[in-house]
Amino acid sequence: MSLLDHKFGQGGIVVSQLEDVLNWARLSSMFPMSFGLACCAIEMMQTFTSGYDLDRFGIIPRPSPRQSDVMIVAGTVTFKMADRIRRLYEQMPEPRYVISMGSCSNCGGPYWEHGYHVVKGVDRIVPVDIYVPGCPPRPEALIGGFLKLQEKIRKETLVEPKAVERFLANHKSEQPVV
Amino acid sequence: MSHTFQDIKEAIKTRFGEYVIAGENTALAQPQLIVKTSLLKDVCLFLRDDKRFFFDQLSCVSAVDNGPVKNTLEVIYHLYSIPFHLFFVLKVEVDRGDGKEQLPEIPSVVDVWRTADWHEREAYDMYGVMFSGHPDLRRILLPADWEGYPLRKDYTEQEYYHGIKVAY
Amino acid sequence: MSQPINHTFDPTHLERSEPLVIDAGTLKRGEMIINMGPQHPSTHGVLRLEILTDGEIVKDVIPHMGYLHRCYEKHAEKLPYNQVIPFVDRMDYMAAMNSEHAYAMGVERMLGIEHDIPKRVEYIRVLVAELNRLSSHFVAIGTYGLDIGAFTPFLWVMRDREHINRLLEWVSGARMLYNYIWVGGLFYDLPVGFEERCNDFVAYLKPKLIELQKVIIDNKIFIERTANIGVLPLDLAINYGITGPMLRGSGLKFDLRKVDAYSVYPELDFDVPVGTGAMGTTGDCWDRTHVRVMECFESVKIIEQCIEKLLGEHKRTREFDPQAVVPKKIRPKAMDFYVRAENPKGELGFFFRTTGNTDIPFRCKVRAPSFVNLSVLQAISKNVMIADLVAILGSFDIVMGEIDR
Repeated sequence: MSLLDHKFGQGGIVVSQLEDVLNWARLSSMFPMSFGLACCAIEMMQTFTSGYDLDRFGIIPRPSPRQSDVMIVAGTVTFKMADRIRRLYEQMPEPRYVISMGSCSNCGGPYWEHGYHVVKGVDRIVPVDIYVPGCPPRPEALIGGFLKLQEKIRKETLVEPKAVERFLANHKSEQPVV
Repeated sequence: MSHTFQDIKEAIKTRFGEYVIAGENTALAQPQLIVKTSLLKDVCLFLRDDKRFFFDQLSCVSAVDNGPVKNTLEVIYHLYSIPFHLFFVLKVEVDRGDGKEQLPEIPSVVDVWRTADWHEREAYDMYGVMFSGHPDLRRILLPADWEGYPLRKDYTEQEYYHGIKVAY
Repeated sequence: MSQPINHTFDPTHLERSEPLVIDAGTLKRGEMIINMGPQHPSTHGVLRLEILTDGEIVKDVIPHMGYLHRCYEKHAEKLPYNQVIPFVDRMDYMAAMNSEHAYAMGVERMLGIEHDIPKRVEYIRVLVAELNRLSSHFVAIGTYGLDIGAFTPFLWVMRDREHINRLLEWVSGARMLYNYIWVGGLFYDLPVGFEERCNDFVAYLKPKLIELQKVIIDNKIFIERTANIGVLPLDLAINYGITGPMLRGSGLKFDLRKVDAYSVYPELDFDVPVGTGAMGTTGDCWDRTHVRVMECFESVKIIEQCIEKLLGEHKRTREFDPQAVVPKKIRPKAMDFYVRAENPKGELGFFFRTTGNTDIPFRCKVRAPSFVNLSVLQAISKNVMIADLVAILGSFDIVMGEIDR
């Protein structure tokens, strides 16, 4: 970790940038909102529990969007569910990230051709940070996705929070949401 | 005592008369009886309560659309009798309608088997079949403001739904 | 994929796409409509429950579903019979092997080749189906314990389920959605050494099942929470078309593996557990969960017998080809056909209509057990507390992939 690399003298004082500390705090304790929709949810459950424990990364599932920082969209997104996903995304406080888990939420998955009720990718509804491929992705793949997200967070700067930047760029014409 | 398809058909004929049977298909491995749409509920009630057959379980209600050329729509009821281990297949055939204003109508069998409630709602949702006498006929799987009945053979997807593009 | 987001959030969208059934204007004083919405830790997937309550006692509950409607039946009308199998997997994703088994059995009966399938193939099918049944019941019991408030059994069953996933991954290549049981045979034969490893697993699992039974089923708190709750009388169950462990929990000894005697189940020796009302009334939540745990023991018995047969009479040989009877073109004659099988959740039925001149089904309707089982929720949850409603829903063992197809 870059945080502990810059020791100052012998007294155990660590000097670092504020950004690094903040980023390190954020990536070491990402609380996902458990948003299992379909089969990927079961693999997500297996990743959280015994065997591929995600708790060792500081990742604990939270039931409510108000208390979580990352939303794992695990499973097929349908049109009926689309509005609810948008609402849940809006309820999450900043900084928030979205991991799209599985082919269904990446691009519609096996239902891309004839699925009239399947949204072809959750990125038509919410901005996605990490895409984890697979049908369903192995637990190791999901852990890899989290590690990639950690790398992404590590590179963030305080001056322009990425999520706010993206949001404003995409929604220039929208009214602010109450 | 095991009854065959012919026994059950004779029993229905004896009870209701010859005219209730609109056709039959005995060439299949699972023979079907086609009954007149208006008498469907009475036939079902008879089959459920008769002491010889006792068809107490409605396994499946399937709607099949034969396409705009043939212009018929069939609803197939699979009945099963738990005490006597008997299977029976009932069928009704109706006109297809155009899927927008004219929708086919069939009497509902909710009062006979409560499980038909959701099965019929699904048939309505997917095919646009109206079930008269159903307590609460509304869409079950698709959103309430979805346009069209998807499993019809001439269904085309809408372009956008709530601002999201439907096609890939 | 990287299209601009053009979805604007409009609060009226929610009301228009799934309006509430209960009219808010008819509420009496003190009553309220609570939404146990699609995203909820205890609804076992994306199910929405509209609850009319006075704060604690539930007066009425109306389930709304369709949040996972993935158009299986439309796909089945556009793809050849063998290409539909991955979609069949994804409906009941907890018990994919059982669903594939039912589908493959149906198409084979339509083609008339059900007696040509080699016995070794049939035994392997039953073996993986029972392993999957164990897996499905484990999740049912584990998540039910989680809903009630017991966290430990959930971790234990996930650990045991991991072993089953690894075994099935060794057989078929995938941990969860296998595409292994094909029409007319299997994708691959069992790998060398599988039978011994499976025997080791069964020896490991038996004490764990007894432990599971002690920690959750015979647990006093669990009994207090589930006995006499959600009583499902037998006549109501049959009228609502309930099948599977829910029907057996209400006292009827009805298992399609014994009644229809399909595949090689007639040659195997196993018992059918029934609910007797040991802790409360017959047909309460405890009975249903007890039936599931007892079925796990029976599945273990079946697995042992299958392995014995696979190491003995139907040993692997060099010439054995699991795809020997798989037809190159699946084109059944024109017919209507209904096939049913015993899934861990109930009776899974497939209704096929074939035209006889293409290898694409004209209609493939699925009779999903969880869809039918869920319909009785409204009838048996009058005047219970909200926490009891969670307990009742958990004992149904529903999976939304099947309900919404």
